[in-house]
Amino acid sequence: MGYDDSVMTQMREIIARYPNSRSAVMPLLHLAQSIDDEVTPEAMQVIADELGLTTAEVTAVASFYTMYKRRPVGKHHIGVCTNTLCALLGGDAVYEAVSERLGAGHDERDSDGTFWLERIECQAACTHAPVMTVDWEFMDCQTPQSAVDVIDRLARGEEVVSTRGPVIRDFQATERTLAFPVDGLAGEGGEADAMMLAGLTYANEHGMKAPAAPAEGQS
Amino acid sequence: MTSLTPVITEHWNVPDLFTLDGYRRHGGYRALKSALGMDPDAIIGTVKDTGLRGRGGAGFPTGLKWSFVPQGDGKPHYLVVNADESEPGACKDVPIMIANPHALIEGVIISSYAIRAHHAFIYIRGEVPQAIRRVATAIAEAEAAGLIGDNILGSGFDLRVTVHSGAGAYICGEETALLDSLEGYRGQPRLKPPFPATHGLYASPTVVNNVETITNIPWIINNGVEWFRQFGTEKSPGFKVFAVSGHVARPGIYEAPLGITMRELLDYAGGVVGGDGTVKFWIPGGSSVPMLTADHLDTPLTYEAMAEAGTMLGTGTPMVFNSTVSVVKAVTRWLEFYKHESCGKCTPCREGTYWITGVLERFEHGRGTDSDMDLLVEVCGNIAGRSFCALGDAAATPYPGALKYFRDEFEAATRTPVDEAFPPAASYIFSEVGAR
Repeated sequence: MGYDDSVMTQMREIIARYPNSRSAVMPLLHLAQSIDDEVTPEAMQVIADELGLTTAEVTAVASFYTMYKRRPVGKHHIGVCTNTLCALLGGDAVYEAVSERLGAGHDERDSDGTFWLERIECQAACTHAPVMTVDWEFMDCQTPQSAVDVIDRLARGEEVVSTRGPVIRDFQATERTLAFPVDGLAGEGGEADAMMLAGLTYANEHGMKAPAAPAEGQS
Repeated sequence: MTSLTPVITEHWNVPDLFTLDGYRRHGGYRALKSALGMDPDAIIGTVKDTGLRGRGGAGFPTGLKWSFVPQGDGKPHYLVVNADESEPGACKDVPIMIANPHALIEGVIISSYAIRAHHAFIYIRGEVPQAIRRVATAIAEAEAAGLIGDNILGSGFDLRVTVHSGAGAYICGEETALLDSLEGYRGQPRLKPPFPATHGLYASPTVVNNVETITNIPWIINNGVEWFRQFGTEKSPGFKVFAVSGHVARPGIYEAPLGITMRELLDYAGGVVGGDGTVKFWIPGGSSVPMLTADHLDTPLTYEAMAEAGTMLGTGTPMVFNSTVSVVKAVTRWLEFYKHESCGKCTPCREGTYWITGVLERFEHGRGTDSDMDLLVEVCGNIAGRSFCALGDAAATPYPGALKYFRDEFEAATRTPVDEAFPPAASYIFSEVGAR
């Protein structure tokens, strides 16, 4: 096995970002996952060879981080936050509904291997609870019904748009973004949403402002 | 009543603020121009004089941290931005990166210039591709405009900025674990000392700063020390991007001076929803700091006042819980998190989180015992201060914090399962009983 020349070129491009080649191991694992839908032993061998490491050293990294999967994920990765705040505000119910819809539990796939379900930890979006992710793109403020609806639409191949991001692509495409983050999609998702603007909106409506800069200051 | 003071968030409603054009139309990169005309030591001095304290949780004075980097040592220096925001309850760095990535980048360039770093890294947790692509694209735009690269704006200063995607490990928010991760190892903490200021990335002098901390820098350069110190208190100067979540009518980002109270923030956020309409408990800055109750709503949200109240400001992202929530369940879920995220390096943390979780689950099912309560105190005491990094201390925090105010609930959970005493659906925000 092995990757074709274009992949090897991309790998070297990633390695060149760092003063020390070993630092590239994580983005290289993301790149491998974007190609193979999982981190395969063969991929770890290639990465080890490229970085002058042993496969054990690469495996040690791949097995430490939960985003690297050692079996195929399928088309879509579904995450439901069940850390305390999301869980209590309804994330547990969202998880149950999605789990029932997919017939899959934590770190399991549905019967035809399209969806991988994972109970995820805090996603840094508590103001948008309960939070779900599809291929790690935000699907904020879910209910059990809205979450199942997202799954249904994805299953039918319909367009689903992240609440703070682009049109949902698939798991491998997101992994590609993690390896090569200038993906042409930064313009998607628009400006800050209502929750991110909550304080600014209140301040503007009530004429509140921060103290102005000093007169000689710039603005 | 303390006024809201949008500074970092002032232009977040501008549709293209996340682009170079949008940011420049609203004053972006003016600070960089001024900074590159300053002596780097003068920038460090200015940041020191502001009293800016780290916004990632520990509150260490930023300028002081920068001044620990040895200068003229002939070694490469690095700036590493900690954008691994994963603390339960913390949700302010990701919004900053999505809404205004260029403000972070401008802060990165100025900070790198100050500490004489020629390569900066932004370590962003892998689970937030939207933040990653926005920051990476902002860097590409800045490179194309000559704001990053060789001889920036003709100053002779060279800088590369690299975005590094994490891969799902809370521990990498700990600065030395982050450095190991960035070097291509498992993210496990290092013994300190030596500190990153002298032995950081690739064993070279390194400053690790939080996203919000670095994003403060352009405003400090533009507006100066006196302006900055108008906000907040003597020991907690400045403004803070607070993120209010939980059982409130309008959860979200509220930027205000340090020293605002939770009662004021709650008022801006539309008050408590659900339950009996009161705050049962709240946590000022992430699950790693002890909880407070309605008795503490008038305590200023400053580093010093929170410490006096027996907790910490932490990330400054308060989570609010109403009367429907079981404290036992909340604590159990947090401990399951710490158990999952313990890197396994230190025995007290690895084994202790496992045992605490097991005992807490007995309480959750109404089968805890009186001696279990003491046992948990003992196990927590055997973790705190006995692990390399703060994850262990954090794991030992929620239970004693909860016991202090809600002992009766643990006693009740020796008889009644918590889901019976506190039906989960009552806490949901979308059901008919739930609130919003």
